[in-house]
Formats: sequence, C-alpha cells, structure tokens
Amino acid sequence: MKSARKTETYTATQNACNLCAPLGAALVFKGIANSVPLLHGSQGCSTYIRRYMISHFKEPMDIACSNFGEKTAIFGGGANIKLALDNIRRQYHPDLVGIATTCLSETIGDDVPMFIKAYRDANPDEDLPALVHVATPSYQGTHMQGFHGAVRALVETLAEATSRNERPAVNLFPGMVSPADLRHLKTILADFDLAGNLVPDYSDTLNGPLWTEYHRIPPGGTPVAALRATGGAAASIECGLVLADEPKTAGTWLQERFDVPLHRLGLPIGIGQSDRLFQVLSKISGKPVPEKYTARRGRLLDALVDGHKHLNGVKVALFGEEDLVAGLAGFCGEVGLVPVLCATGGGKGRFAQAVHKVVPERYHDQMQVMEDVDFVTIEKALEAIDVDLLIGHSKGFTMSRRLQRPLIRVGFPVHDRVDGSRLLHVGYRGAQQLFDRIANTVIEEKQKKNAVGYTYY
Amino acid sequence: MSSIPILEARQAQIHQKGTQPFEMDCGKHSLAGSVSQRACVFCGSRVVLYPIADALHLIHGPIGCAAYTWDIRGALSSGPELHRMSFSTDLREKDVIFGGEKKLAAALGELIDQYRPKAAFVYATCIVGIIGDDVAAVCRKVEQEKGIPVLPVHSEGFKGTKKDGYKAACDALFKLVGTGSTADIAPVSINILGEFNIGGEAWIIKKYYEQMGVQVVSIMTGDGRVDQVARSHGAALNVVQCSGALTFLAEMMKAKYGTPYMRVSYFGIDDMAKALYDVAEHFNAAPEVMARTRAIVRREVETIMPELNRIKCDLYGKRAAIYVGGAFKAFSLIKALRYLGMTVVLVGSQTGNESDYATLQDMCDDGTVILDDANPLELSKYIIEKKADLFIGGVKERPIAFKMGIGFCDHNHERKIPLAGFEGMLHFAREVHNSVTSPVWQFAPARAAVLESKKEVAR
Ligand code: SF4
Ligand code: SF4
Repeated sequence: MKSARKTETYTATQNACNLCAPLGAALVFKGIANSVPLLHGSQGCSTYIRRYMISHFKEPMDIACSNFGEKTAIFGGGANIKLALDNIRRQYHPDLVGIATTCLSETIGDDVPMFIKAYRDANPDEDLPALVHVATPSYQGTHMQGFHGAVRALVETLAEATSRNERPAVNLFPGMVSPADLRHLKTILADFDLAGNLVPDYSDTLNGPLWTEYHRIPPGGTPVAALRATGGAAASIECGLVLADEPKTAGTWLQERFDVPLHRLGLPIGIGQSDRLFQVLSKISGKPVPEKYTARRGRLLDALVDGHKHLNGVKVALFGEEDLVAGLAGFCGEVGLVPVLCATGGGKGRFAQAVHKVVPERYHDQMQVMEDVDFVTIEKALEAIDVDLLIGHSKGFTMSRRLQRPLIRVGFPVHDRVDGSRLLHVGYRGAQQLFDRIANTVIEEKQKKNAVGYTYY
Repeated sequence: MSSIPILEARQAQIHQKGTQPFEMDCGKHSLAGSVSQRACVFCGSRVVLYPIADALHLIHGPIGCAAYTWDIRGALSSGPELHRMSFSTDLREKDVIFGGEKKLAAALGELIDQYRPKAAFVYATCIVGIIGDDVAAVCRKVEQEKGIPVLPVHSEGFKGTKKDGYKAACDALFKLVGTGSTADIAPVSINILGEFNIGGEAWIIKKYYEQMGVQVVSIMTGDGRVDQVARSHGAALNVVQCSGALTFLAEMMKAKYGTPYMRVSYFGIDDMAKALYDVAEHFNAAPEVMARTRAIVRREVETIMPELNRIKCDLYGKRAAIYVGGAFKAFSLIKALRYLGMTVVLVGSQTGNESDYATLQDMCDDGTVILDDANPLELSKYIIEKKADLFIGGVKERPIAFKMGIGFCDHNHERKIPLAGFEGMLHFAREVHNSVTSPVWQFAPARAAVLESKKEVAR
C-alpha cells in the first residue's frame, strides 16, 4: 500500500483534478427552490463556472455576480453586494440568495456577514429573501469544500427548532451526486414514508423539461421551509466517507444545536454502503425495507453472480471527488474489481484512510491512493502500473486516450457524453447500472480484441 | 413574456430599431447582480494567446482560473500541443498571506525544464496584485536563468473587461515581435491576425492566401509558434480579423514597424471573397495575385454552391437571433444568414463599441432588437417575442435556446467545426440546417405556440 500527497514539496499543478470552491457552493444554491446564487467577486469566475456547469447539466445556469471593478478591489465590495441584491430581487424575486465569496473578495478581506446585516438594516420593512453566506476562498479548498460549506451555511442560517411533525422527517445531505441520484433518493425516502429535507435538491432545477415560458428560476429545489425544518427532524443522514470525519458540517451543527441525531454514512454506492442507508432509514422510520428494494437487491446480487467472471481481477483506476472515489472503491471491492489507483484532487488528508476502510484488505497491497493530485501525476502513476479500465469524469479522457484504456464516465463533469445528469450511482439501482456498464465495457473490449468475433459471451 | 422586467440601468443597452433615435450605452462594466454573459480580462488574454502551441501558459493564481480553461477550445495545432495543458501555481492559503512569488519562480523553472517551451506566458489573475506579487520581476529573473522569453500578461480579471485582456495579450505578443530573423520573407507577405484556428480555420485561410501567391509569415495566434510571432514584423501587411482582439497589436506594429493593416472577416461568402480581394488589391504591384484570387474565389464558390442552394431552400424565411462576443462577427453573421434566406430578428454582442452598434443599426431591418452585454432574461424574452427559429451564440446561450425549443448554432471558441472560409460557409449552413430542420422542435411546448401563431398569420 502506497499513498502520496502532492503538497509536501511544491510543484505546479498540471491539469487539475479538482475545481474551485464557489462552483460547489453555486451548485448547492442551484438546488434550493427559487434561489439565486451570487458570487461575490469579479465577473470571470462566475462566467467560467456557469459555462463549466452548463456543459455538464445542459440547463440554463443563472449565477449572478457582484462584478468587482478596480475601485471595488480598493474600497471593498459592500456597495456591490447591495446593488447586486437590489438587482437580483427586482429581476428574480427569489426566496433565497446564496452568496459565495471568491478568492478576490476573500483576499481583500470583505466582511460579507456585515454587508448582509447592513442590507437587512437598510431594508427593515421589506420582505427580504433569505440571505445565506458561505466563505469559499478557493485557496483553502476545492469545489467539494465549497459544496459542503454551502450546505452547512444554509442549515446554520435557516434551521429552526420546529416542533417535530407527525410524519417523521429526515434530513438527507447526499453530497455531490447527480440529478438522477437525487431523484432516486427522494423516491427511497418517500417509500419509507419519510418526509425528507433533501439538501440540496437540484434534480429538477438542473434536469428539467422543456419550458412553455422562460423561467427566471427553474422550478424545483429544496424549499426554504424545508431548510428551516431541518432543526426539527428526527435524524440527519450525511453521505460521504471523507466527509464523515469533517468536524464541522451541516449534520454536526444540527446535532450540536438542535440535538438532531446524526448518521454519517458513505455515499450509498455499491451493496454495503446502500445497505447501510436502508438500515438507517428503516431505523428512523420504524418500517422494514420496502419489498421493492429487497427485490431489487436480490436481482442485483443475481446479476453480480451471473457476471462475476467478467470483473474479477480486472484492474481499475478511479479518480474524481474524494467521496465519490471512496464510494466507488468500496463497490469495486465487492465485485472483484481491483482499484489499483484511487486518486482525488481534494482529500483533506483523510482520503487514504476512507478508501482503505471500505476496500477489503486483500486488495490493499495492490492499491495506490493519492490525494491532492493532478492529472499529470495520475497519468504518470498509471504508466508505471498495469490498469484495464478508468472510472472517473470526462477530464480523464485525455489519459484514457493516451493509455488506450476505456473510460467509464461517472460523477462531474461529464462534458463529452449526453447523460451526465442521468447517470445513476446510488442505491441498488445505481449499483446495478454501474455493474452493467462496467461489465459491458469489459466484454466490449474483449470482443473488439478477439479475432474470432464471438457473438456470445 | 412581456412580464420579464428589464432592469432600468440596462435599458440604455437595449435598442429596438425603428422605435427611438439610436444611442447605445456600451462599453460599460457589467451591472452588479446581473447575470452577464461576459467574462473577465484574463479570459480575453487567454483566448488570444491560448493557441500558441509551443509556449508554456502558466496561470498564476488559485486553481479555478486554470481548471476552467483546460483544453476547452478547438484551437488546433499541427505540431506541439503544449497549449492544451493547464498549468497553475495553484495558490494556497499561505501563499495568499506570504505571497506567491517563490511558487511562481519554482513553477516556471520546473515546467520550463520539463517541457522545454519556446517561450512562457504568465497570466496574472485577480488576487496576484493584491497579495503583492511582482510578476514582471519574477519573469525577468526566470527569463535570464532559462534563456527563453518569459512574458507577464497583466490580466487581473477585475481590472477591466475582456477587451482589456486582448490588449494585455497584445502587449505580451508585441514583446516577441521583432526578436526573430526576417530572412526569406517575400515582399508579397502578410500576417494573419485574430485567427485562432478553431477546427482548423486558420489552415483554410492560409491555404487561400498561399494559393494567391502571398506568403503567410505568421498566424496570430492560430496554430501559433513563438518563432513566427518573433519574425512577424517582416511581413508587408497585417490582415486583422474581427472586432479587435488583435487590432491593438496591428496598431502597435504600424507605429513601430510601419506595417499597414486592414480589417477583414472570413465568415460568409461575400466577406471571405472580400478578404482575399482586398489583400490582392493591396499587392496590386503584382497583378498576377489578383488574377489568381479571382480563380480561387470562382473555384471555391462553385464547389460549395450546389449544396448551399439545396440548404437555402429549407431555410428560406426562418428567423435568427445572434448573440456573440464581438460585434464584427455579428456583421458577418447577419450577411451570411441573409444569404441563406433567413431574417435576423435579434442581434447583440458582449464587447461592441459605439461605432459597431451604429453599423449594426444600419444593417438591421426595422424591429430588430439590438443588445449590448445582454443577460439570459433579456435574451429569452426577445427570442420568444421575436419568434426566432435559430439562435447563434456560445455555450452559455445554448440552454436558453433549447429550453425554449429553438435551434442553435455554436459560434464561439468551444466549437470544433471550422466556420471560416468558403468551405466554412458550407459547414455553417449545414450546422444551421441540421438544427433548424430537426423534427424535435415539434415537441417543444414554447415553440408549438409560436408555430401555431405563424400558421394563423399565414391563413
Ligand atoms: S479570478 Fe479573476 S482572472 Fe480568474 S476567472 Fe475570476 S475574474 Fe477571471
Ligand atoms: S479566483 Fe478563485 S474563485 Fe475565481 S475562478 Fe479562480 S479559483 Fe475560482
């Protein structure tokens, strides 16, 4: 077992395997009903982030910006926030404005909470939208920190000690998953007859139908009322194996402040991690796992057995967000795929530990775990070892092409396929889809390379 | 849709031809809180310099600015592909406190040793000046150590608009110009400026000029090489495409080297032919150039005509909306769309200036909406109101068009198809045709209403 961190001796980052913090925050705010993300900084960051997210989600992506100019950088961005909020309110009539800082506003030391307070004080009689601020300097963390930070900020700003309602409610903080994943998780909650506060929920806002008229803000998302209600939920579930050791999250805050019990799970990818989610939901709801899911689990296991020979011993390289990679690594260990390389651009120093926790020990000596790495480093590592398949996001295509190994696309961004929003990773159904895609790719490779041209495998 | 409110402060940047006297309030910094389609100074510099394929492009700042610009443009290279890498100093917390100069020097040293580029461009992003880094000083030092040009690009995002980024890029290029040998440069020779070889466009254009007997000394910056830039002052003429990305450089070269320049567009049959004829005219001391040009234009037009005519039949009377970066590009698009039999109902740009908008005003029909620095709300409002069948824009506009059930043609740097030149016109027509004639629009609810009302009118 080897693990490596890049930051010990400094080298330039070459083809980063992570994005910057405000992107994660903006994504979270896009998942709140009738909300507008506002990036506090200069125009470029928000335009780049919008463009990057559009290429994946293929949906309108209004992210406002407070548009720093030269004077702002000298005198601070207070006036810009005020003007931006005025303009956003007039144009969008939002229920919530999610304000994320950028490197620039952080570096000049803007006191955004004070600006927000000043804005509230200046508009005492008006029905203001909820104003939620998250500090997202990218020199401190990746888009994942921005994501989790924004989730925490929403809860911290809005959660109230509401009385527990008749139907037990659960807060589900799913982490950065796809719209299809979110939709699936919502169905699962409903099937347990749980009222869910899913934060965030961009399943509709970033994967909606065609429109009859233009929507200033796409319909859907976690209602602000649900955010307020998180304080009164019966329990919180937070997904992410690396996140699980983070001391300050939305879940820990609700636990400390409102005594909401917290369950910290991995992303429900694969059988074991999905089982844990279903067990917890069963416990919270006091209901057995619905038949639909036990049946689905049964069919999944049957499929794993039918196809096990295709995957056992196949060497895969995983890369992307730390929690996603850790989740996938666990799944690989369940079906015989050997995760010879697990790499992330983030990690927070806890990545190796998280990965090793979910991958069976018998694989550990074949595994390399790398955190805070870029693609050039990953590719160099892969050149030195034997690998059959790559599993990760689109940015891995460059090395997939050079190494001549197929890339199975998961996570974010998927810029070179049409189904980024529809990729399902979670639950038994997600595991089924992953298994099918991986097994089919393996078979396809065999078939392509085989001289006989078998039509059966 | 008239319920979408237009911000008062934005009203001066929107104009409907024929409704009031024309006065466009452009060149302003985008309004705070508005979802502008504009980018930043850095973006402008990056767009201009990116295609130089044998140079190192190091982005000094936190990771995002580099991550979002990693290999996102279809600017092709016939040789090295260093431009497709994304290099960043990836500043972290302690650099923000103690400064990033050391990291910058280390990164430059390491990357130059690893990749042996012909030159290095160092892009300063927003926080660099604020944390007190002297980028120019570090560049000077590394330049001496490594013996290649190391050029700072002063592209802090907030210090202006994309246009200022063009200017900063031109400043950096200008430092290279004049450092190379001008041996073997013929009197009938040009530099192609402002052509970025998206999908191989520069190669198409270069081929035409070479067939005319005109030597192409450098292309800036499509399929660009440092050595070409260095000797570009030896060319007899600068041919500058589009609304200005490289006009700054052409101006500087005119002042220092006396190189005259002309503005051209390679988009659409008329403009493309004009771009060749104008150059031939410039070299009228060599009459054989004009004769060859005529033959080339004839040959090229004849080649694309049969298919173009078939496409035109399907597109006749369709309505188009245009929102692109530079106004100059919009001029060409209007002509090209008209050529295809389409009507332009909306036109806007991110960076047009007053005279650009005056030209647009002259070109457009009554009722055409003209916009500067538009936001998604305004764009969507007008494309529906104006019953557009096609939207031409960039990645950020595409989902707006699609949600409303309107066809789309990408005309920004991310595309992979060459739209310049005569054959580019054919690609363009195919693109437009491909989108507009798709049967999927019949399922688009917003569109169904419009299609219905069009039928009404016809009845
Ligand atoms: S930080 Fe500045 S330079 Fe970088 S993308 Fe943002 S605005 Fe542009
Ligand atoms: S300056 Fe910071 S917030 Fe803006 S793009 Fe760069 S890394 Fe992201």
